[in-house]
Amino acid sequence: MLLYVSKRLLRSLLTLFIILAIVFILLRQMPIEGYFANYDKLSKMQIESGLHQMGLDQPMPVQLGRMFKNLLQGDLGTSRIYRNNVPVTQILAPKIPISLKLGSLALLVSLIIGIPMGTLMARYKGKFFDHLGTGFVVFIQAVPAAVYYLFLQLYGTQLLGIKMLFNINDWKMWILPVFSMSLGNIAYYAMWLRRYMVDESTKDYVQLARIKGLSENNIMFSHIFRNAFVPMIQYLPTSFLNTVIGSIYIESLYSIPGMGGLLVDVIKRQDNTMVQAIVLLFATVGIIGLILGDMAMVVLDPRITLGHKKGGR
Amino acid sequence: MPRLKNPAITSMEEEFTKRMAEEMTDEELFSFAEFDESQVERTGYSNYSYWRSTFQAFARRKSAMFFLSLVVLLVLFTFIQPMLPGQIDYFQVNNDPTSGLPYRNLRPGTEVTLTDGTQHRFLLGTNSIGQDLWANIWAGTRTSLFIGVTVALIEAFVGIVIGILWGYVRKLDFFFTELYNVLDNIPVTIVLILVAYILPAGVGTLILAMSLTGWIGMARFIRNFIIIIRDREYNLASRCLGTKTPKIIMKNLLPYLISIIMLRMALSIPANIGYEVFITYIGLGLPATIASLGNLINVGRQMMLSPSLRYQLVYPTIILSIVTISFYVSGNAFSDAADPKQHV
Repeated sequence: MLLYVSKRLLRSLLTLFIILAIVFILLRQMPIEGYFANYDKLSKMQIESGLHQMGLDQPMPVQLGRMFKNLLQGDLGTSRIYRNNVPVTQILAPKIPISLKLGSLALLVSLIIGIPMGTLMARYKGKFFDHLGTGFVVFIQAVPAAVYYLFLQLYGTQLLGIKMLFNINDWKMWILPVFSMSLGNIAYYAMWLRRYMVDESTKDYVQLARIKGLSENNIMFSHIFRNAFVPMIQYLPTSFLNTVIGSIYIESLYSIPGMGGLLVDVIKRQDNTMVQAIVLLFATVGIIGLILGDMAMVVLDPRITLGHKKGGR
Repeated sequence: MPRLKNPAITSMEEEFTKRMAEEMTDEELFSFAEFDESQVERTGYSNYSYWRSTFQAFARRKSAMFFLSLVVLLVLFTFIQPMLPGQIDYFQVNNDPTSGLPYRNLRPGTEVTLTDGTQHRFLLGTNSIGQDLWANIWAGTRTSLFIGVTVALIEAFVGIVIGILWGYVRKLDFFFTELYNVLDNIPVTIVLILVAYILPAGVGTLILAMSLTGWIGMARFIRNFIIIIRDREYNLASRCLGTKTPKIIMKNLLPYLISIIMLRMALSIPANIGYEVFITYIGLGLPATIASLGNLINVGRQMMLSPSLRYQLVYPTIILSIVTISFYVSGNAFSDAADPKQHV
């Protein structure tokens, strides 16, 4: 296990390198018009000297090498368009904790509500609670988030008697964004947990437990739940770490100064150093989440083995 | 519930053993049996068919049948609607014959005279540039459903093939895991922008851009399930008996996954439609000349703050919600019906 994980961590370094290289090459395919605000009015010489200033006129391998050399020295570069000449780390540092806090609060709320909900729905399958829960899941799935976020903001701010604009120090302001963000995940966890538990409940070991005379609650909560949770645990570390990405809808609706939408924004504005730094951050987080997820799966279900096994395939 | 032997089979077996004992000498009885093809098929007669039972179980669910027919009718109507009498093309801007100005933001149900002198009732009103919202919604539903279904099919096909290889063949695990890490971490926005930069904007380009990145999630989903079941006893037994890998995949693994694959596919159609809404929101969606639910909802969002214009957001949302609910309910019911243990 330890060997497997360390091997994977080493390989992940290589993966990160490849991701950055690919993103770097892709970014260089962007139209050069995008680098200049007033491209049409510039003369050919002005464009060339502009490109030279940004180092974009050099051959690709040279540019790539320079980026990795700077990266190894811990230099993520400076932003050029998003905020001129400000180091990328300085721009990201205040934004990350905000998105992280918002996202993990929302994730926590959705786990606390979603998991019991899914379990109870499976326990009382076909009964009133199941229908009620399914109704909720269907509603959240059906109405696009972009729409119900708007209505929640509109009526929620009236109900709570607060202003629409966000204030980071007022805990009341966190209620609506956190609640809005968790709704989708509540439905997601409840739906899949119910599905897995219902699938699991026709297995032979459940019948054995029933023949042994265990109570229905005991079977549900200690036998079926653990097995049904295995496929879900895989995604948990990723979901937690991914909260750093932020929510583009929520953060723009409530004007929260987080990470949400930042990546899309800097890609569209072709601020390449910013894009590279954010991609590096998100990729690192994503890879670690995947490894943690695989480890959690093995811990929860000892029958699962990862990597090569003698006699296996 | 103990497994009961089929009485027909039991009596056949008894008869067979009796006949064998009568007709065969000891020597014959204790020699190895030859492979005889006619004996292979010798079982009790059962007319059980997996797919028929699945459809029967599905048809018993009234609500599922209702939503399935609803979505079928909806799809049919998106094609029939332009051919109905008295319809206005969704792209046409409707002008007032007296002033020459377009009919902007007409309330639903308003009846006005058009430039060609005919009376027209705008069932759902008009949008901010004077186009018929009713026609726009149906044209948009057609486009969005087409995108959703096509992307879901491509995703499912590529995702299942890659997912099985990734999960089942241990030697490929590292390779695919790293490939996943690479592809999953290249921002979709870059891919979208670059595809839009190389190819002309349109439905085909959007489908390509969405499929390029969409199969990854499906592949990982399948891979996780394969890892969970690949070392179960029945697969171990199959491997020990020398079953070839393709046969294990087709006969042991895939049937086990069919219910979750169906559910996932049924959900991915509305998810793709919702994704189109998101792509439009970040400004990389279809051009405004093509009606789609994404375009309609994003235009509607801007009308949100004036209560009298909210209908422009509400109507496209209702259609999108109906589509999603239908796929969700029928997908779930199908997934339940596909579990052979639920069959009678």
